[in-house]
Amino acid sequence: MNVLTFVQAFFGDSAHWHGYDGIPSRFLEHVQYTLLALAVAAAIGLPVGLLTGHTGRGGNAIAVVANAARALPSFGLLVLSVLLIGFGLLPVMIPLVVLAVPPILVTTYEAVRTVDPAPVDAARGMGMPESGILFRVEVPVALPLILSGLRSAAVQIVSTATIAAYVSLGGLGRYVIDGLYQRDYEKVVGGATLVAVLALVTLALFWAVGRFAVSPGVRRR
Amino acid sequence: MNGFFDIPSDLQHSWAGLIGVHLREALLPVVAGLLLALPLALLCNRFRWLYPPVLGLTTVLYAVPSLAFFVVLIDYTGQTELTVMIPLALYSLVVLVPAIADGVRSVPDETLSAATAMGFGPVRRYLQVQLPIAAPAIIAGLRVATASSISLVSVGALIGNQGALGNLMAAAQKYDRPELAANAVLTTAVLAVLCDAALVLLRRVLTPWMPRSGRERTAAPREELLTKGAAR
Repeated sequence: MNVLTFVQAFFGDSAHWHGYDGIPSRFLEHVQYTLLALAVAAAIGLPVGLLTGHTGRGGNAIAVVANAARALPSFGLLVLSVLLIGFGLLPVMIPLVVLAVPPILVTTYEAVRTVDPAPVDAARGMGMPESGILFRVEVPVALPLILSGLRSAAVQIVSTATIAAYVSLGGLGRYVIDGLYQRDYEKVVGGATLVAVLALVTLALFWAVGRFAVSPGVRRR
Repeated sequence: MNGFFDIPSDLQHSWAGLIGVHLREALLPVVAGLLLALPLALLCNRFRWLYPPVLGLTTVLYAVPSLAFFVVLIDYTGQTELTVMIPLALYSLVVLVPAIADGVRSVPDETLSAATAMGFGPVRRYLQVQLPIAAPAIIAGLRVATASSISLVSVGALIGNQGALGNLMAAAQKYDRPELAANAVLTTAVLAVLCDAALVLLRRVLTPWMPRSGRERTAAPREELLTKGAAR
């Protein structure tokens, strides 16, 4: 009840809807950080995952790298990179990318590696080039799992991008951090609600993409 | 690096003390999560219709950022360790419930029939047959939950002095001493790796019938579990 009252008060206050500290601009900043980090992480994780999954080699190396990256605390990495690099977008992107690469990398590798070998052999027997096998047979079949890796990375980035506000950047974390220090509880709860909503929107978007992109034959399995 | 272990006195702990606090704040929630997930998974397997809503609920809880969760809880539990541990316990459910539910459900029917034929009642069959066979999947879930829990405790530094090794990171920024942040990051990472190794060892002890060189096979279901948890 208590929390709901605060949520209502936060969203009911028209001062929260305008200007650079308004909900639309903070929301947009948060989405920007998320998309940028996700794009960089995907650019690293997808090719490596596809290649190693296709050849079936390097699985142990991937597990080691992913475990090591997962063991690094995002918050610590953030503070460390700010102290070493200074304020800016780059030190925030480092922990977010480190956070997002392991799920993308490991899931992509697993997804491609565990594709049913029968269609892959059939494609090879028909004389398909290796790149064709990868992109026209393995990737479509593995797509649901690959998407689930991207989705879990995206959700983690959305909720972790909150800490960008701790090192003076914007995003929805601004409300949480500012509210914490101003003892403005309403702001904190409002910010938290917005981040949770964004995470749920992300889940919904990936569900929609999966609906649209995954071939019906694969989905039925 | 000068002053690598020179912890500022306002943290009120030595380096080893911080490690102790960190482990307590990270591992107790995982244990609590496991104790909560076991009956939940049992219920989910007994009543199939319960599984999707339970998974949906844990996914929604998981989507709430840790910092926001902490701050909202301050109103109820104050700036205490409990405020950090409750969200971590809830987060662990998103991995543990599907890990246990799917693991227990994947026990072959023949095995269950054999146990029944040998006179096992449902409770004993669950404890002595289903859980041990599901142990690798459960421990795979525990590994993911433990790793993320150890990493997330640090965020507790933002709500005051409750981040254990995370406090060291905050102190690094306050006093502009990067070596303290490096210390905190490295120590946390080493803790995570050591706990992971301990869980792998536990799996080997609990499942002596499994092949020993199971690295690739254990690495695989881990991530799948995590994504599965968020999936449905």
